Amino acid sequence: MAEATHAEVHRHEPPKGFIRKYIFSLDHKVIGIQYILLALTAVVFGLVMSVLMRMNLTWPGTNWPILATLFPTGAPGGVMSDAFYLSLVTMHGTIMVFFVLTTAPQGGFGNYFLPIQIGADDMAFPVLNMMSFWVTFVGFLVLILAIFAEGNVTVGLWFAKLGESAWAGGSGTVGPIGGWTGYPPLSALGKIAGPGQGAGVNLWIISIAIFCIGSLLGALNFITTLLNMRTRGMTLMRMPLTCWAWFTTAILALLSFPVLLGGGILLLLDRMAGTSFFIPGGLYVSGATVPLHNGGSPLLWQHLFWFFGHPEVYIAILPGMGATSHILSTFARKPIFGYRAMVFAIFAIGMLGFFVWGHHMFISGMSPYSAVAFSILTLSIGVPSAIKTFNWLGTLWGAKIRFTTPMLFAIGFVSLFVAGGITGLVLGQTSLDFFFHDTYFVTAHFHLVMGVASIFGMFAATYFWFPKMFGRMMNENLGKFHFWITFVGVYAIFVPFHAMGMVGMPRRYAQFGEYEFLKNTHPLVMFVTVAAIITAAVQLVFYFNFFWSMFKGQKAGDNPWEATTLEWNIPSPPPHDNFAGVVPEVYRGPYEFSVPGAPKDFMMQTEPEAAEVAASLGEGSGNGGNGHRH
Amino acid sequence: MAATVTGTEQVIDTTVGGGLRSRGGNGFPKNGGGRHDEGGDSFRFSADRYRIGVWVAIGSILMLFVALASSYIVRSASGNDWQPIAMPKVLWLSTALILISSITMEISRRSLKHQRDAGYGRWLLITTALGLGFLASQVFAWRQLARQGAYLASNPYNSFFYLFTAAHGLHLCGGILALSYLLLRTTRKRRTVEGELRRAGAADAATIYWHFMDGLWVALFFLLFFWK
Amino acid sequence: MGRVLALAIWIITIASVWMFVSHRWWFPEAISEHGPSVDRQFMITIIVVGVAFAAAQIGLGWVVWKYRDTADKARATYSHGNNRLEVVWTVVTAIVFISLAVMGQRVWASLHLHAAPAGSYQIEVVAQQFAWNIHYPGKDNTFGRTSTDLIDDSSNPVGLDATDPNAKDDAVTPTLVIPVNRPVELILRSKDVTHSFWVPQLRFKQDLVPGLGIHVHFTATKVGKYELACAELCGMNHYKMKSFMLVLPQSDFDALTKLSQAQFQERKGQLLDSYQLPQY
Repeated sequence: MAEATHAEVHRHEPPKGFIRKYIFSLDHKVIGIQYILLALTAVVFGLVMSVLMRMNLTWPGTNWPILATLFPTGAPGGVMSDAFYLSLVTMHGTIMVFFVLTTAPQGGFGNYFLPIQIGADDMAFPVLNMMSFWVTFVGFLVLILAIFAEGNVTVGLWFAKLGESAWAGGSGTVGPIGGWTGYPPLSALGKIAGPGQGAGVNLWIISIAIFCIGSLLGALNFITTLLNMRTRGMTLMRMPLTCWAWFTTAILALLSFPVLLGGGILLLLDRMAGTSFFIPGGLYVSGATVPLHNGGSPLLWQHLFWFFGHPEVYIAILPGMGATSHILSTFARKPIFGYRAMVFAIFAIGMLGFFVWGHHMFISGMSPYSAVAFSILTLSIGVPSAIKTFNWLGTLWGAKIRFTTPMLFAIGFVSLFVAGGITGLVLGQTSLDFFFHDTYFVTAHFHLVMGVASIFGMFAATYFWFPKMFGRMMNENLGKFHFWITFVGVYAIFVPFHAMGMVGMPRRYAQFGEYEFLKNTHPLVMFVTVAAIITAAVQLVFYFNFFWSMFKGQKAGDNPWEATTLEWNIPSPPPHDNFAGVVPEVYRGPYEFSVPGAPKDFMMQTEPEAAEVAASLGEGSGNGGNGHRH
Repeated sequence: MAATVTGTEQVIDTTVGGGLRSRGGNGFPKNGGGRHDEGGDSFRFSADRYRIGVWVAIGSILMLFVALASSYIVRSASGNDWQPIAMPKVLWLSTALILISSITMEISRRSLKHQRDAGYGRWLLITTALGLGFLASQVFAWRQLARQGAYLASNPYNSFFYLFTAAHGLHLCGGILALSYLLLRTTRKRRTVEGELRRAGAADAATIYWHFMDGLWVALFFLLFFWK
Repeated sequence: MGRVLALAIWIITIASVWMFVSHRWWFPEAISEHGPSVDRQFMITIIVVGVAFAAAQIGLGWVVWKYRDTADKARATYSHGNNRLEVVWTVVTAIVFISLAVMGQRVWASLHLHAAPAGSYQIEVVAQQFAWNIHYPGKDNTFGRTSTDLIDDSSNPVGLDATDPNAKDDAVTPTLVIPVNRPVELILRSKDVTHSFWVPQLRFKQDLVPGLGIHVHFTATKVGKYELACAELCGMNHYKMKSFMLVLPQSDFDALTKLSQAQFQERKGQLLDSYQLPQY
């Protein structure tokens, strides 16, 4: 009798009942949509916070009646307090980085489409998958709780019963005031360090720790699924670049989130258990010496945080890069230029991303020799990024471009990624970081490359995959309108930030009026705010389009875009087990567009070799020649 | 005919850690992905997913301890308050218990591989008991330190001692839960091939995890005892 | 749509480049010895960056224009890439980037990998929420002993020990006063949380970390009054943790440092009033 290493999976029936189908679902497709909805909710919070920030910077001291109603303590008389502003800065960053940029691209689209694109019927561990979403959701709830713990006096007093220093709340802010980076000692000393630094910080740390666990569960699933569940013929080098991106992102998450978790635990212990991991001795805060702490190193937190923090920014961008490659190729009707180089570049960016964290710390007081090493490594990450950019341009060269909304956003991604990434060459040099560290030049760089380019990747993915997920098309006209205003808008917002940086404008300033050297930036500040308000407002069009089209959009067929990968072979929306029990078989690479001799200008991955196609190809075409030789 | 003493030939392939190299083509084969051999129209289940999954999980847990260990080393050099204390002797017992438990776990796993269900269950129970004994010895060590007045915040060395042992203990609890789950399932042999594969895969994964907990303890032991 | 997109990309590119080239919002004048080198390195970098940016955006616009789908077009070019081209542009990019990286270490090395020159005037900067306390060693050029236990925010912000003879001539004031054309070594400390020392005209910035005493050195090359700001989020009033740096001619500075504590404060106030901030 032969050894059995595999068994037939008994086809389980789709779940019945609302709860099993839509709430506690084990189906990766439902979980993917749940992540997307979480991101769509979180981003509203983040966006509103940023608009409030802009309003405070442009018109300081103004009475905003809505604030007086909602936050009487933090904005007395409707005028935002400085601590309130800083808490907006902190929560904006935390919400956007974690609950938008680390959920939708990976947990959202990755969860939905990785299994389908590799020909699997679900993720490797569906129960863990469900848990990863709900754990992440609980993390979000805890962060929202921080808003109430600090913003509402009653809730704040309740928390203060848990511990006067570390749990004091009700300060009137909407959370901690230490920035999303939460450097100690400011974040470790409790309420004596400032408003929002009591319960706000504790809940912030707990929220992030919970998020770490949710992310790790997700990463586990992605890696195992990709390694173990690819269908017949789906070799690694036939996977769509989206899969490579999700895979690399999962590895980055797997290895970086535990470090953040470790740091968070140490910070919590410093705050609540009297340890001194990060708090040195001899401190004098708010008129009194700080007893009980000695010998800790604030730099230790920075190392732990940025060891996580730098891979995190690649976690935010890599799925967008994967989606852009995929969508560019699809609507250019042309194979991706240099598939192998693209895979290499994704990996190189991912791996190098672990060795450059010190560039956030050049002037922190760490060893200047290590700064030199970090600086040189940082500029080398520019090389694989440049390779990707060249290859995107190469994909468009000689193409036959169809300007659908997803394509517009994908092209927008390339433009924004170049704009944002290129200033990394400035900031990565130690001698230049002397000036630019903690100025708006840094804010310009990371918003363009991580904030905006990533979001464009997500928009492109949304418009592209919406028909598959919901069986209906999003409205093209609304989509194009959304694209145009947003594209011009984000440039209008973030390019001027570079100028502010060159003037020397520091980050995280609640107001600019105290310094003469900042006075003539006011026209820029105003221009940016107007652009921000318009751009934020136009996102309503996207929301309307998204939810309206779900019910009333034009019905979509299986393959409205004439794309090639496995998800376009199945109904829109897909059945519960994706492939209706029929195992897909893959015969070719993922970007076989405009193959000479083929009847249509695209060949699906599942299309077997046709004799005449094989003959006309000879031994393989193009200089890349991938995907054909197996 | 051809019956062996145990009555059945080996039906289930449960190579520990060798999943990536096992026949059946998962990992990085040239000709196809992870789940299909010759022919077959329906999706197939491979127990390798549990093995791969546990190695991936180990990667992340290892990173957590690497982060804490680096912090330990950095912190020992900053400030002038690093005062290592004498480690409670009971920790040698902890080490012995966990090392033996790895052996018993391995015996258990091999019993399953050779279809000896009774042996599988028995050695699984012994391993679980040893694991609980390990945790008890840890609690004993804590109480001993507390009696000496060495608390979490007394000095940074103490902080790390409690932190490392707590973090390790917590993850070991997870391992004990996994073993308990396996114990519950030893009483029911699965009726389908898929069920048996899952059981074997879970046992393999739990074993790998258990050995990792053992190795991790030894590493922490060395760090706490010898890096001062 | 392709043509409109190309035009939009090109217009955005031109506007962005104009914003830099016009110098309408630009660095304030450099007043330190290493400053011009920093500015030079920035110019080299921004030109490389600007060229790369413009080339990429122009290229993107061009392919989007030229290769838009029109009815008369046959299929797209079927190509999987060009290995030789990959190698060429990878190598060129690597050379350019690594060269920039290496060049970008020079000023850093001169400031951080070498100790302060002999004869540098030492000043201690002690930051706190939300003020700067500049501690001068006085005529004896020796800092008096300080201790956290002696700190009183209003009367003794750095905790000077009055029993230490060296402390008798020490002065503590929010203003940083330094001599022109003479190396100055700052010893940076903090009482509570991490702050950062930032005078844009000096072309460097350094965090002040509690528990550490970080040394930086520089030489100011122009007399005048400049604003000192905090550049690391330190709490609620981070944005108004403001003070001034006064760069004095050598003779004025020497005279100032020889004064007693009380006279120092008065004279310093006079000098501060007599200078103007730069025109921005």
